[in-house]
Amino acid sequence: MDFGDSPEEAAFRLRLRDWLRDNNPRLPASSTSDEYWAGHAAWHQALYDAGFFGLSWPTAIGGHGRPSVYEAIVDDELAAAGAPPRPHLGYLVQGILEHGSDDLQRRFLPGIVNGRDRWCQGFSEPDAGSDLASLRTRAEPDGDEYVITGHKIWTSNSDVADWCLLLARTHPDLPRHEGLSAFAVSMHQPGIEQRPIRMINGITSEFGEVLFDGARVPATNMIGRPGEGWKLAMTVVSHEREPGELGYVARYRKLVHELTAAVRQQPDHYGPEQRRELGWAIVEAEMLRLHVCRRLSDRLDGITHGPEGSIDKLLMTAVEQAVGHAALAVGGVAHGADPGGGDLGGGDDHAWLAVYLYSRAQSVMGGTSQIQRNLVATRILGMPAS
Amino acid sequence: MDVRLSPEQRALRDSAAQVVERWGPHAAGQLDDTERRAKLDAAVAAAGWRELRAAADEDGAPWASGVEVGIVAEELGRRLADVAFLGPTLAAELRRLAGAPPAPAPETVALVSDLSALAATVDGALPPRTVALDAQGSSTALVLVPAAGGLSIGQVAVDRGPAMAPARVDLTRPVVDVDAAATVEVLPHQDRVLTGTVLTRWTALGLAAACADLVGTMRGAVQLTCDYARERRQYGRPIGSFQAVQHLLADAHVSTEGSRSAALHAAWAVDALEPTDAVAAAALAKAYCARAARAVCETAIQVHGGIGNTWECLAHLHLRRALLSTDVLGGVGPSLARVLDHHGISDGIGDASGGERGLR
Repeated sequence: MDFGDSPEEAAFRLRLRDWLRDNNPRLPASSTSDEYWAGHAAWHQALYDAGFFGLSWPTAIGGHGRPSVYEAIVDDELAAAGAPPRPHLGYLVQGILEHGSDDLQRRFLPGIVNGRDRWCQGFSEPDAGSDLASLRTRAEPDGDEYVITGHKIWTSNSDVADWCLLLARTHPDLPRHEGLSAFAVSMHQPGIEQRPIRMINGITSEFGEVLFDGARVPATNMIGRPGEGWKLAMTVVSHEREPGELGYVARYRKLVHELTAAVRQQPDHYGPEQRRELGWAIVEAEMLRLHVCRRLSDRLDGITHGPEGSIDKLLMTAVEQAVGHAALAVGGVAHGADPGGGDLGGGDDHAWLAVYLYSRAQSVMGGTSQIQRNLVATRILGMPAS
Repeated sequence: MDVRLSPEQRALRDSAAQVVERWGPHAAGQLDDTERRAKLDAAVAAAGWRELRAAADEDGAPWASGVEVGIVAEELGRRLADVAFLGPTLAAELRRLAGAPPAPAPETVALVSDLSALAATVDGALPPRTVALDAQGSSTALVLVPAAGGLSIGQVAVDRGPAMAPARVDLTRPVVDVDAAATVEVLPHQDRVLTGTVLTRWTALGLAAACADLVGTMRGAVQLTCDYARERRQYGRPIGSFQAVQHLLADAHVSTEGSRSAALHAAWAVDALEPTDAVAAAALAKAYCARAARAVCETAIQVHGGIGNTWECLAHLHLRRALLSTDVLGGVGPSLARVLDHHGISDGIGDASGGERGLR
């Protein structure tokens, strides 16, 4: 049991630290400003080209085939340098690795990993949120293609995506979980309309709605077998719930460092209550770092796609919202009380308020906290279904 | 980095689990079964778990790291082991750090009355109220005494009189008054004077072991409560099938897992990091685990309903054990203050070191 670096890990850490000295784009924290999303692709590509992205993925798709624990080192160093977190698309990679044919993996994964192809995930619909299996988007066969009709929402990066990992109903007569299939759909075609969604902190770049009206996808772009869509979706969301897969430890620690610096610079400005909120943010963020070390170490025994991601998701949510509360306490509600300054960017609101407001989404996106608790109780603790 | 337990560490965990499954109390009424407790005590003694931090060689390295101490503490806490472990472990660590010979008889440590620090004599006198921690079976307790260039270890008798009962908050680990007028004898044959840095590492071990005990207590409480929720029926079905109950249990389990991650790191940090970093890691884990443990044990009582509020139900034993471990070497507030202090921020309430009460 060792939280410390092996010699190889230590050497890797130093290499990354050196690289970050000259290559930190100094973007604001993710998800709190449109400026971050504008610089996202360039950061992904720079990180990949320097050999610091996709560390634990197979070399055949552009990864480095290293143990997953290297991802924890990357998160450490990004946070320490105040650099943006690594792009959080590992859950798409895991889904295609697990369910896609060798041919599809070769076609699509290198572009996802190297950041040249941008992807979005078309799962949720206006009437299929927590109850995802009720989704109604149709994919109807037409020759050697499928024709897509439907309405997707909460589609991250839909405005810039080249491809969409789409979940659609191919077999309306089958029981609802069995009638779904997954596709890689090109976003560059007629019959697709993308609309941005403005979130409560003012940002418009992260989430969108996508309307499919006669868009087409070759049958050869189906990922997995017909009817395997639900299984693929469950693999994807199990990893979408893991901070180790998302790289969010770096995101929270960067924010905590900035909040700590703000209080240290002007100690007289902050009372016991504000310091206490900051204290809990420090504790929670560090707990998550350690928890991710544990979960990534467990992957040394082999990766699983089980319900444990729901534990991670609930822990991660507590961290994000504790950091949000610290941001609110330190930043205050008035513009003038923002020691973080406007340089974090924040839409209409000042930066720390934007961080706080954004944190409310964490208990909803990727499966609400209520759904995660259902899963922990029934699938981990063995409670009878309600 | 590989934070999985090694095969040897898993074997240690399994054997500790076996011992407490067999001889630990399975009902509140069994706390009075002295024969059972003697067997548990004998099994713990035979395994040598209280000597994990005793010196293993002439250089003074311990038999085992903080990780092994944490593994045993967690299992003992999980099944409410009503024999000493934390106290004797911390006493052995003090002797090792001072280069003193091993204890000839069972021994614990004496803390200031709110348990926040090791007791230290001033002008030869103990603080007005001093208590022996985890005193089951111990007739002496260690305290600090001033010495040239630092501190040394002194020994004081533990009152075996009527003050022994009741055991205060924790029904499984008695905290016993030490007579303030008792004579403190400086232990002979101490090779080294204890400096602040050395004692910082001792504190890290104490906090880390207390965290592991909290994690064990939480795991036991969640297990107990899940078993009950599957069995207990209302409205014609198990109460564990109701979402309102499920969400309480899920939150308890999630807090326990987060606590475990922080506590494992604290246990590793005891020997792997510099003392100030080790104690900061331990304080951070303590803040998290202590806050979680109270909530988790309260949930255990809630889900047990009326029965959970009776003396016979084990749920309150978990809560009581958690309350004691929380206070050992500083609870939520002092631990949070230590965390902030490590980041260069005072907590804005008082001195992070807590003032006059003793040495942390």
